[in-house]
Amino acid sequence: MSQAGPPTTPSGQAGDARTEILSRVRAALADRPDPPPVIHDYRTAGTGTPSLTTDAPQEALLDLLASRLVDYHALVRRATSTASPASPLADAAIASAVATALAERGARRLIRPPGLPPAWLASTPGTEPVDDDPPLTAADLDITDGVLTGCALAIAETGTIVLDGGPGQGRRALTLVPDYHLVVVHADQVVAGVPDALARLDATGAPTRPLTWISGPSATSDIELHRVEGVHGPRTLEVILAD
Amino acid sequence: MTQAGPTPSATFLGLPAAVPPAAPRGVGMLRGDDPFPVAARRALGDAQLRRNLGKATTTIRGRRASVVAELDDWERLRAAGAAIKDDVLAHLDDYLIRLEEQVTARGGVVHWARDAHEANRIVVDLVRAAGADEVVKVKSMVTQEIGLNEALADAGVAAWETDLAELIVQLGHDRPSHIVVPAIHRNRAEIRDIFVREMGASGGVPAPAGLTDEPRALAEAARRHLRQRFLSARVAISGANFAVAETGTLAVVESEGNGRMCLTLPDTLITVMGLEKIIPTWRDLEVFLQLLPRSATGERMNPYTSMWTGVTPGDGPQAFHLVLLDNGRTATLADPAGRAALRCIRCAACLNVCPVYERTGGHAYGSVYPGPIGAVLSPQLTGVTDNPSLPYASTLCGACLDACPVAIDIPSMLVHLRAKVVDADRGASHRPTAEQAVMTTAAWTMAKPQRWARTLRAARLGRLLGHRRGTISRLPPPLAAWTASRDLPLPPSESFRDRWSRRQASAGGPDGSGGHDPQDGPDGPDELDGPDGRTPR
Repeated sequence: MSQAGPPTTPSGQAGDARTEILSRVRAALADRPDPPPVIHDYRTAGTGTPSLTTDAPQEALLDLLASRLVDYHALVRRATSTASPASPLADAAIASAVATALAERGARRLIRPPGLPPAWLASTPGTEPVDDDPPLTAADLDITDGVLTGCALAIAETGTIVLDGGPGQGRRALTLVPDYHLVVVHADQVVAGVPDALARLDATGAPTRPLTWISGPSATSDIELHRVEGVHGPRTLEVILAD
Repeated sequence: MTQAGPTPSATFLGLPAAVPPAAPRGVGMLRGDDPFPVAARRALGDAQLRRNLGKATTTIRGRRASVVAELDDWERLRAAGAAIKDDVLAHLDDYLIRLEEQVTARGGVVHWARDAHEANRIVVDLVRAAGADEVVKVKSMVTQEIGLNEALADAGVAAWETDLAELIVQLGHDRPSHIVVPAIHRNRAEIRDIFVREMGASGGVPAPAGLTDEPRALAEAARRHLRQRFLSARVAISGANFAVAETGTLAVVESEGNGRMCLTLPDTLITVMGLEKIIPTWRDLEVFLQLLPRSATGERMNPYTSMWTGVTPGDGPQAFHLVLLDNGRTATLADPAGRAALRCIRCAACLNVCPVYERTGGHAYGSVYPGPIGAVLSPQLTGVTDNPSLPYASTLCGACLDACPVAIDIPSMLVHLRAKVVDADRGASHRPTAEQAVMTTAAWTMAKPQRWARTLRAARLGRLLGHRRGTISRLPPPLAAWTASRDLPLPPSESFRDRWSRRQASAGGPDGSGGHDPQDGPDGPDELDGPDGRTPR
């Protein structure tokens, strides 16, 4: 491994501190500890979870995800279609679910991230899409009614939705400042457990993109350790599970 | 520039000069004003505190137990978590360099801080360079450790704590008392009073009129109080839960969204992290993102986890600074019997199960790191001479080891540190204490079986001190300190050894071991000399 000096020495004495700290570390390890190797004998990617065997049908993953999300007090809606994913019929089922959700919420000014499938908003003539071009300020975002996005994947076992800034998701602020986040999860985006999620993110080059893992609406346990939903992040998380 | 490091011969023998320095005095929050017994006695007098803590820790213990029981591979995850962290510590220099390379390659700037003073100076300079006179902060133990808010205040910079619990602590002019839930010592009524009294006075949005103590209403008040602050902040300061050396990725886990606000909206992000927060690879997150939320708040997953790598054009802060902090960590690393404390991922499970913590609360420990992990971490960061009472702030019951997601053997480490405290005390050439004199005498007595037997017989005289309940409640000086807070069982009228010999003799013959004189045996039967078989306390 290259041990060249730091590319920059931003704080004047930083180079000295770096040298000294590394020297201290090496001095502290003078006994040359040789810990045993890491054994990955826990449930790794592809080996199922306590709730889901490896041959569990995708329907079982969706059901578990839905129940975990409900546990977190997220709203869950199913958009079922026999058509293949991303086909016009499947998109129509999503568009219908989106329209119902927005109507019930009373959301009109809706942020539309770049790359969002236009078909998802095809059944909602009453909404007023707000595009992030030019980029909206935080104050702009604060006066919208909500945001509609897709996601990178979802984890059934923990009820987690992962955003990686890909198409239809937008930059992180778009899903943070509005008080209502409506997110569409396709059945084939649902993985069983946390290790499966990390493996899939790794395979798609996501690790170095900004990632947001969302498990239910904003919450806190800071008052007497009781979980209360609704602090700084979106206070309502609504998920459309499309299969 | 080459970085050959120190020559092996200079350090290999562990010469005193090679031992890295402890965290400096006079800055930050690693040392209390009072020793633990004094502070604990004060805390125990606060009935409200004990009620609040008892209620909160009972809740969290139940939640943690139920979500941990869901995972049939929990013990294997724990073992992997411990092994990954041990690997990090064994090769910390390599991983630090790798992390620096990755963060730098992706547009971040890495700074190295030997101690709290240096870290505070770096952060203050960065905030000034950004032209800001206020910052928003994500809850972070390490910035409490180094006293960053005080350093910022001295430089004329206002620091806004945005985590609900940290906000309660800051508005209450208080100190954190728990690693995950810093305001665990406050109940909802106290929190309401603090909000009503302080929110407006702090210069933020005041509490709404008629605020109740309903947790939902309190959370809503915090949202309104901080909303504009988030939307207009230019500089944010965070800690880090994990830093992936392989990719340069930083991770912060949180619940409320205040973390996302700070990590996303400002132009400049400054992250301060202890050297030991590194994990080697992206894949290693699969272990820690299961261990941490279940251990910390008893959730399958915390509401929000943010990960970022350097700077991403068009998304989030366009200036990212990472400050790598030593502040006694390399000194901790230098002790092979103590370095495993650096595995800690700050979940606070050990606090929630600790019978001592549950009764005294976190303030009694003096340090920002309370509870069992604090009792082993704080004295190592400062050197044991600066926190000599903390290794004794434990019953050694072992609940902390069972709860620890990275299997830190806190009880053994406490015993090790007690020995270091005694050694340091001896090295300071004080006059021998009464305890040392007693222990020296006891060691001499126990060295020979005959001596021990004679002593036990002589101890029968102690029965004269007893009263009817079969206990001694007051010993004469200099042993009176022992009985000031406990009763001593009466010495038995006959020792086990004597009784054994007598019964063997009267039974008239050996039955296997009968001919064996236990007084001469090198491994005679265990002593059971207390009356009625009770172990002397």
